Amino acid sequence: MTKQPVTLTVNDQEYQLLVSPTKTLLDVLRDKLGLTGTKRGCDSGECGSCTVLADGIPILSCMTLAVEAEGKNIRTIEGVAKGGEFHRLQKAFVEKGAIQCGFCTPGMILSAVALLESNPSPTPEEIKKGISGNFCRCTGYVKIIEAIGSVAK
Amino acid sequence: MKQRDLRSEYSVVGRGVPRVDGWAKVTGDAIYSADVYLKGMLRGKILRSPHPHARIVHIDTSRARRLTGVRAVVTGADTPGVKYAQRMKTKVPDKAPLAIDKVRYIGDEVAAVAADDVDVAEEALDLIRVDYDVLPAVYDPFEAMKPGAPQIHEHAPGNIAWSRLFQWGRLVDELLEECEVVVEDSFKTQGQVHAYMEPNCSVATWDQNGNVTVWATTQGPHTHKEEIVIALGLPENKVRVITPNLGGGFGGKRHVVEPSIAAILLSKMSGRPVKIEYTRVEEFTAARHRHPMNIKLRIGAKKNGRLIFFDAQNIVDNGAYNDSGPSITLYAGHALTTNYRVEGVRYDPKLVYTNTAYGGAYRGYGNLQMRFALESMLDILAERLEMDSAELRMMNAVEENDVLVCKSRVTSCGLRECIDEVVRSSNWSEKRKNSSGKLRGVGISCHEYVCGVRWHYPHDSSSAHVRIDEDGSVKLFTGTVDIGQGSDTTLCQIVAEVLGVDMSQINIYKADTELTPLDLGTYGSRVTFIAGNATKIAATEARNQLAEVIAEELDTSPESIEFRNNRVQKAGAPETGFSFREAAKLALNKKGLTIMGRGSYDPPSDIVDFDKGEGKFNATYSFGAQIAEVEVDPVTGRVNLEKIYSAVDCGFAINPLSLEGQCHGSISHAQGMALFERPLFHDGKVLTPSFLDYHIPTSMETPDVDNIFVETIDPDGPYGAKGVCEGYQVPTAPAIINAIYNATGVRIKELPVNPEEVLRGLAEHPRESKGDRNDETTGNADCE
Repeated sequence: MTKQPVTLTVNDQEYQLLVSPTKTLLDVLRDKLGLTGTKRGCDSGECGSCTVLADGIPILSCMTLAVEAEGKNIRTIEGVAKGGEFHRLQKAFVEKGAIQCGFCTPGMILSAVALLESNPSPTPEEIKKGISGNFCRCTGYVKIIEAIGSVAK
Repeated sequence: MKQRDLRSEYSVVGRGVPRVDGWAKVTGDAIYSADVYLKGMLRGKILRSPHPHARIVHIDTSRARRLTGVRAVVTGADTPGVKYAQRMKTKVPDKAPLAIDKVRYIGDEVAAVAADDVDVAEEALDLIRVDYDVLPAVYDPFEAMKPGAPQIHEHAPGNIAWSRLFQWGRLVDELLEECEVVVEDSFKTQGQVHAYMEPNCSVATWDQNGNVTVWATTQGPHTHKEEIVIALGLPENKVRVITPNLGGGFGGKRHVVEPSIAAILLSKMSGRPVKIEYTRVEEFTAARHRHPMNIKLRIGAKKNGRLIFFDAQNIVDNGAYNDSGPSITLYAGHALTTNYRVEGVRYDPKLVYTNTAYGGAYRGYGNLQMRFALESMLDILAERLEMDSAELRMMNAVEENDVLVCKSRVTSCGLRECIDEVVRSSNWSEKRKNSSGKLRGVGISCHEYVCGVRWHYPHDSSSAHVRIDEDGSVKLFTGTVDIGQGSDTTLCQIVAEVLGVDMSQINIYKADTELTPLDLGTYGSRVTFIAGNATKIAATEARNQLAEVIAEELDTSPESIEFRNNRVQKAGAPETGFSFREAAKLALNKKGLTIMGRGSYDPPSDIVDFDKGEGKFNATYSFGAQIAEVEVDPVTGRVNLEKIYSAVDCGFAINPLSLEGQCHGSISHAQGMALFERPLFHDGKVLTPSFLDYHIPTSMETPDVDNIFVETIDPDGPYGAKGVCEGYQVPTAPAIINAIYNATGVRIKELPVNPEEVLRGLAEHPRESKGDRNDETTGNADCE
């Protein structure tokens, strides 16, 4: 299939790429940009491992064509820490034991970033709902919910 | 029990320090197998059988080879044709990496393709023409044992993959005379899917000198390498297996070697690195799952509640191949020998081949399935005896120094304390009365679990190296894989404690068969106990080497040198010594020494006699008790798990933060198994190959958890610690099932709970008041 030019903005960096129109944003982030922090858990929009932010809204990069992401500000886990400072959610995840195997962690943190940006003081129920599209098989979610709650205002 | 608080004596172990790999995992820096990208790397895909049972007549790969972008196609003809299996005395190797003669389930590996791109590889799979002679198939283990059933393997008449009759202690037929009450029932468990978030992946290179390197999602790179060497007939010194970060395993990544073997063959043929990533559909259909078991269990007891015997039959659905089937089947029986004092146990298992996807190791390893039957039956017995369920367990609980009927000795045991703790923390007696007016209830279950097991190999060893460089940095080399449970952190804590340095000074290098010492892998709750001991020995040896140098410098004996607060000094005289970094420099400058400690630990256990199943094939056991609190919706029959009260005898909690996480995660898996996870099949085809079809717990179903550590300080454990991560999952499902009975009077005997069955049960036996039920039916005669 003929590749087409696309300009992506990822973590405030602009990339001009030639991609096949069938390639997903997930494929391009991982295979072309080397941003392997975005994980492929199911490739069919079920598990949330590939969550990234598009203009601050969590999206599933496995269900988004790369060409669709043009013009949007994409944020991946690599772009969550700013200026050498970890995000407070990153700190909370480490300190509260909210990580085990870590494979769901990038998507989980990005969903939590989006949650807190839209609702700085979520209740535990709102936290559960905010990450309900991100599966974790290791932690049973208890410490993830605690970690997010610990940085909620 | 020797309970004492040792935390004050230690500075690093016993504390919930954050994970050493935490920062890499929250930034995306952590590299997993699928994150390995090599120059010129191709993408591989595996062609799988569409038939549950068929003979391969001919494979034509010519069209696939001609497709632009295809670089290699391999079939069984490109392999040495050696069948492999985990090395174990009971086990017949029955699996070829790519089918040679027959396919035995929908998903069996037939061929593999490497191409420039995944899309091209997938297109090429469609161009491979396989002529099958389709054979009759059988999907149910009871059908498979019948005369005239299709024969799946030539070596297994009647499709029996493995069977034995075990008699532990006194004979059940004799003990029957002594019993005042006998209860009997049947239970069934489903084929739970591991559903780790990271799909299996292998990246392999075969260079022009025949050196093979594989980055693979495995819980044990050393045993993964062994399986590759056997299957491909390669020289051992030419194969290197590396496990980067692993995205969960739960047993499921113990033996999935097929993608590695295919990637190696494709790399050899193409001369390029090859990556094979499993899709989630492949995970659901062609990886592994928990062996479904059909258990018939009889318990004999005295009227006062003293248990006399357990007698179990177990028909285990192996699926198409062995994997860990025999050892899981044996270990299921062992669960009957370890928690409760009995005079005798009879165990009559049959592991049966069927034309379905095959089972493998899964957290709980058979013990969990049997525990569901046993702990359900204990509640049935308690009701028959009009006894409190917790009291019945307490009365029969094993204790330290007990010699079990399987001839293993218990070296440390906090089971009774665990029962006490959960009964207290849950307010058991009050809640058990069920006076809320709602369909709420509580149920209890106990468990035991091994810490390592000596049955796959003559040894059960792990090794570690600890190097102290002249800059004062400490390097730990371990073959252990941290599959998420936190062993990297625990092992670094042990090193920091021994050397009296900060955690930040320690770097861990792991899971590389060329660079890190032997470790059998992460399974059987062996890592803290065995790799932890090996690490402690290695760190102690490094410390002793450095102490000798410093003692000479301070003109004192090595025994009087202490390591604390990043200093090496004469005990009690901090002004005398050196910073740790200065000490390391001294060793080099004065003696030319790089400090290097080596540690190996092989626990005090026996090799399993697989015909008798007797002996002490593990050094120690963890124990625990859990109480589940549920509420049942009277309209839908749906069960809500509200809370789990857990107490576990972990020996000593080296990292309480990690351990709590293990508790929560285990409960979540077990909650899924008890309430949601229902794999469906039709004629060998998996009908639930996605997370939309197969419901694992989400954040919305998270129960509250109250977790208590009982620390018995095991005599052989590092700092008294035992492994607990696997056992934690064992008691939850039966505790939930017993709670449902307490809430509704409906006894669930098949997992997962079907809400319709709950409703049916409620309609048949409407509850008037809770607490004084005597309507349990068990379908057996007492022998009073």
